[in-house]
Amino acid sequence: MTELTKLTLAEARDKLRAGDVTSVELTESFLKAIDDADALNAYVHKTPEIALERAKAADARIAEGDAPDMCGLPIGIKDLFCTKGVASQAASGILEGFKPEYESTVSQKLQDAGAVMLGKLNMDEFAMGSSNETSVYGNAVNPWRREDNDAALTPGGSSGGSAAAVAADLCLAATGTDTGGSIRQPAAFTGITGIKPTYGRCSRWGIVAFASSLDQAGPMTKDVRDAAIMLEAMCGHDAKDSTSSELAVPNFEAMLTGDIRGKKIGIPKEYRLDGVPAEIDKLWQDGIDMLKAAGAEIVDISLPHTKYALPAYYVIAPAEASSNLARYDGVRYGHRATLAAGDGITEMYEKTRAEGFGHEVQRRVMVGTYVLSAGFYDAYYNRARRVRTLIKQDFENVFAQGIDAILTPATPSAAFGLGEMSEADPIQMYLNDVFTVTVNLAGLPGVSVPTGLDSQGLPLGLQLIGRPWEEGDLLNTAYALEQAAGFVAKPGKWW
Amino acid sequence: MSIDESTAAKVAKLARIKVEEKDLPALAQEFNAVLGFIEQLNEVDVEGVEPMVSVTPMRLKRREDVISDGDQQEKILKNAPDAREGFFAVPKVVE
Repeated sequence: MTELTKLTLAEARDKLRAGDVTSVELTESFLKAIDDADALNAYVHKTPEIALERAKAADARIAEGDAPDMCGLPIGIKDLFCTKGVASQAASGILEGFKPEYESTVSQKLQDAGAVMLGKLNMDEFAMGSSNETSVYGNAVNPWRREDNDAALTPGGSSGGSAAAVAADLCLAATGTDTGGSIRQPAAFTGITGIKPTYGRCSRWGIVAFASSLDQAGPMTKDVRDAAIMLEAMCGHDAKDSTSSELAVPNFEAMLTGDIRGKKIGIPKEYRLDGVPAEIDKLWQDGIDMLKAAGAEIVDISLPHTKYALPAYYVIAPAEASSNLARYDGVRYGHRATLAAGDGITEMYEKTRAEGFGHEVQRRVMVGTYVLSAGFYDAYYNRARRVRTLIKQDFENVFAQGIDAILTPATPSAAFGLGEMSEADPIQMYLNDVFTVTVNLAGLPGVSVPTGLDSQGLPLGLQLIGRPWEEGDLLNTAYALEQAAGFVAKPGKWW
Repeated sequence: MSIDESTAAKVAKLARIKVEEKDLPALAQEFNAVLGFIEQLNEVDVEGVEPMVSVTPMRLKRREDVISDGDQQEKILKNAPDAREGFFAVPKVVE
């Protein structure tokens, strides 16, 4: 039965429909695999009863012939999504004990389609981090290890638990969210596929907010076909999110032909950075050669404001976070500090937030408070928003030249060791998102596809950036890249 | 632009996060590292560029001004650290 956990979403779907396997059998296989994998710390709230109940319902639905693509397929849900009656803490101490009375739109859509929730997945606190080391639950661990030693590596972040769970076959697929690279970077670090759709494709309702103008949910899956299947189930207009798009959601899977002849793929010169390992450059060149061999036209392009994306992000994201996280005041939900005699409401706020928020979250909330404060609003916040306009224009200009997609590395390195960055200043950690953050600032879709291994045997990924709302075309290019790269490596089981 | 300890204390106060006196120097130093990084934005010519409001061109939707939800007092109070007699309870706000 163990091989059931190794299936893709598409394979499991086809087996369920053919009657070769039941959702209950699939679900039981995963529940066992999850219990054997506590060393990875991927699942932080397991929901076996809910899983089996939904699996039974899915089997009944399949038997009646009413089975959407996701019906009966066991998945994991990032802790950032509110799930009714199930702890939803955004990996923060300040939401300890919080059990929402409602379900996020995205997880509701997956549930309505018959997907089976196995549990909640680890992440960086409030999705702020690139290594899953800011989680109140402790680190999630990458199932991959370097060939020559057993050092524990980060699965990336913030969707680190989602990435580890998919890579270690602890679910068929998982939800992630991406504010600056939080789907694509962990996907690259664990040898899986992850897509952040166009801003507005997925409803943000019921997803704990970090930076509302940048946050988007997306699927993290074993391959591109699975990403297409799950993305379709997650997308769609939602009246409860005023930025949710009314555009129709196409059948993304049907668009996977693998034919990219004549497509124009842009290679941005600004993404060639000093200090990036030669292996990453080679990976990128290999990707270029693969797409060329598949019939695409390779075009050198320029995105001149790329350098300013990270600094702009580290104004805009903390500013929005400081506003969004103001709601955690110890009054309506979660943690409230024990107060001393004579403490008033201000002391309650200050002590509650000092106890409940971790260090990185506190720092970002305070940086955000500073850049929004009187006298600095124009110099920092408004300037960053102007730079953001220029970054978006860079992309609009190359798309106007006929570019269909842009190929870049997904990350500047392979997965690093847990604790390795603890002495570095925060900027070193922020550089993880150097290739991904532009995409959030411009609201574009971006997908990370595993295409190779480094000299230590760790997975590396390439990123494809698409035109707004053209996730189907983007996924098709990713599919062609996946076919050419033929990445099949899996981590050896040590846990 | 350099942040000193008193500015760090002021920001912590604005953010309603209690920071111990002894932690202020390290906090100020971290702010300076982040703000030093952000300073690069001053190199960009933003003359005549509009600050971005919405990343996708869309008009903010309006809904009918009707009651669509409500009457969920119990559910709303369910996760409160302290709720009494149908209200959120907090320490005394006024003397």
